Amino acid sequence: MKSILSGNEAVARGCYEYGVHVATAYPGTPSTEILENIAKYPEIYSEWSPNEKVAFEVAMGATFEGARALVAMKHVGLNVAADPFMSVSLIGAPGGFIVVSGDDPGMHSSQNEQDNRYYAKFAGYPCLEPADSQESKDFVGVALDISSTFDVPVLFRMTTRICHSKGVVQLGERNAYPVKGFQRDPKKFVVLPAHGRVRHPWAVERLHKLRDYSEKTGLNTIEKGSNGVGIITDGVAYQYVKEVIPEASILKLGMSYPLPIQKIRSFARSVKTLFVVEELEPFIEEQIKAAGIACEGKKYWSNVGELTPELVEKGFIEAGVLKRTVAKSVKEEVIIRPPIFCPGCPHRGLYYVLKKLKTVVTSDIGCYTLGVLPPLESGDTCVEMGASIGVAVGMAKAKGSGKGIVATIGDSTFLHSGMTGLLNAVNDKAGITVVIADNRITAMTGGQQHPGTGETLMGEKAKQVELAKICQALGVERIKVVDPYRLEETQKTLKEEIETEEISAVITNRPCALFPAKNRKRIRQKPYRVDLEKCIGCHTCFKVSCPAISESDKKTAKGLTKSHIDATLCTGCSVCAQVCPVNAILQTE
Amino acid sequence: MEKTTNVLIVGVGGQGVLLASELLSAVAMEAGYDAKKSEVHGMAQRGGVVSSHVRIGEKIYSPLIKEGEADVILAFEQAEALRWIHFLKEDGTIIINDYRLVPPIASMKGFHYPEDPIGAVKKRIKNVKVVDAVSMAEKLGNSRLVNTVLLGVLSVSLDIEEKFWKKVVRDRVPKGTEDLNVKAFREGRGQN
Repeated sequence: MKSILSGNEAVARGCYEYGVHVATAYPGTPSTEILENIAKYPEIYSEWSPNEKVAFEVAMGATFEGARALVAMKHVGLNVAADPFMSVSLIGAPGGFIVVSGDDPGMHSSQNEQDNRYYAKFAGYPCLEPADSQESKDFVGVALDISSTFDVPVLFRMTTRICHSKGVVQLGERNAYPVKGFQRDPKKFVVLPAHGRVRHPWAVERLHKLRDYSEKTGLNTIEKGSNGVGIITDGVAYQYVKEVIPEASILKLGMSYPLPIQKIRSFARSVKTLFVVEELEPFIEEQIKAAGIACEGKKYWSNVGELTPELVEKGFIEAGVLKRTVAKSVKEEVIIRPPIFCPGCPHRGLYYVLKKLKTVVTSDIGCYTLGVLPPLESGDTCVEMGASIGVAVGMAKAKGSGKGIVATIGDSTFLHSGMTGLLNAVNDKAGITVVIADNRITAMTGGQQHPGTGETLMGEKAKQVELAKICQALGVERIKVVDPYRLEETQKTLKEEIETEEISAVITNRPCALFPAKNRKRIRQKPYRVDLEKCIGCHTCFKVSCPAISESDKKTAKGLTKSHIDATLCTGCSVCAQVCPVNAILQTE
Repeated sequence: MEKTTNVLIVGVGGQGVLLASELLSAVAMEAGYDAKKSEVHGMAQRGGVVSSHVRIGEKIYSPLIKEGEADVILAFEQAEALRWIHFLKEDGTIIINDYRLVPPIASMKGFHYPEDPIGAVKKRIKNVKVVDAVSMAEKLGNSRLVNTVLLGVLSVSLDIEEKFWKKVVRDRVPKGTEDLNVKAFREGRGQN
């Protein structure tokens, strides 16, 4: 049977077919849909963990038990999980263990575009890179075999283009694998220094064996061409190479670490000129050059941004391999459509008020990061998950006071890695204000459950942690809950808390307008409308940046355009009505 | 279909661009072709620009269409049609849904929604089909049929037998709306 699957769906299917027992993740673009699709198979235990480190540890425990395990995360998630990722190298992965890294060249939805292939080299793990959906499924099986054969976690490196592109995939049946059971062996599983000193040479020897495997495996294949040009490539870059220069000889690396240096050497001898086409960093190129093999890569293809067929073609034209084609048609400059808060989004009122209060806002990762964009323009820093609180404390300590410094953090991000920051802020007597923008879901990635939603990925009811109680337990004494739909109340509370020398936590209480948790009601009041008689065309309502508000075709006597509210988009949150200076925005009957 | 056919479907997040490309690639697979489709989602839901590449043929490598290589562009919105015309082949066809979605940013200083996007497209492209899919859908009794109507219009430009389209439409639309959707598809195809 065939099906059209995305790379992420194909990995999930691979987990089903190749008998994965336990799969974990923290949501993050572009990897989120892997777990969402694994959850459709009740044969596999799957969970959203509170963060990538925990997700990694749960999957790691499963492989210690002799089960087939997978953990998935976005590229920067692996930074969070880097501690267990590096340390388990000396233990191994007896049951089979895949670590999926969803890299994001081009930063479609990320704060950086780090190339995680380096993590494989760093830890001494094999790196597998599927180049399409079929391989995304097939490589799951190969990766698990490599993992249990060599007793090593496998870095399964995908990119946004592979994760989200769809292609035809041949489906197979599920193969069941028994869970082997934990084999007690403290010298292996307890990383005391004395044990580690013995295990390190073992890990080095393991890498030698993996090098031999890389020379022989069908993952690294040569396609003979006719024009004397040789190209070494991996991942989606392979597809672009096939498209723009089909007559070249290609060494396609499905396993990009450790490299098959002998195979590369003989491939280099068989061609006149050798190129390396790889997205982002010169990971392969550097190693090939270090082995004394002449090649070119980053000279023609930048290490910045995502590759496209156009860029691959352009590089070969610059290298004198392809002839310049006719000039492409001109691109038109058309109005931008920046992402904005959804109609009814509870973050709108919060950031509108924060802008009015003119405070320093250390922000965090989530939908609410968009508060930094005009016209709300509220948010002064954003680095990585959970950074808002630590950064606010550091600013307060350097400045000598926490007054006027607000850290804003979402509920999922707070549970991910904000709690320790808050504990520290209390201990440090930093006097900052921490706002938890609690919409009770992981919204940015499409609405995933977390420990505060009362439900698990597999659809079971779960305990629902209370954020106010967590803050209290961490030592915060001033805790306020505000309704972000009520601007005056929100402003008054925030002003008081910002002005106090004490540390305080302010928690907003409206659920996500787009993905409310299952046990929460979607906010859907009667929509608002603009009374065109009253509207003076001042556009104050535009300052709340709502997709439901646009210009009408009516003008004032002075020629100013009056406003219009799209009743099908409006959720009735009333924020725009509260900012209108002439009460021209009214709820429909 | 002898050569690889490239279709670019564009619009604004929430309009159904991704669903349309999903259906098109399913049709291609039904008809026995290799097919790839690609787009980037994550922030697409929030009113942003959405484009989806669909490539159909005997064997497809790149999931992305090169600029100037699209045989057909299906635009769900006027300004989006203009944004993407540099992807169209010189003799390619562009289908434009006669619908304007003006983003809120258009009311801020320095940002303008183009005055006449369709006119601007026509200045550059010979084969332009403008379709008022919203009215056609409303006439059939449901504005949510826009997607299926446009799929019907698109089907005329592609060399794939009608039975495959109808099968996919039937299989993929919500239960109970199969007949209505097939009707909308045929309406778009110009057959009712």
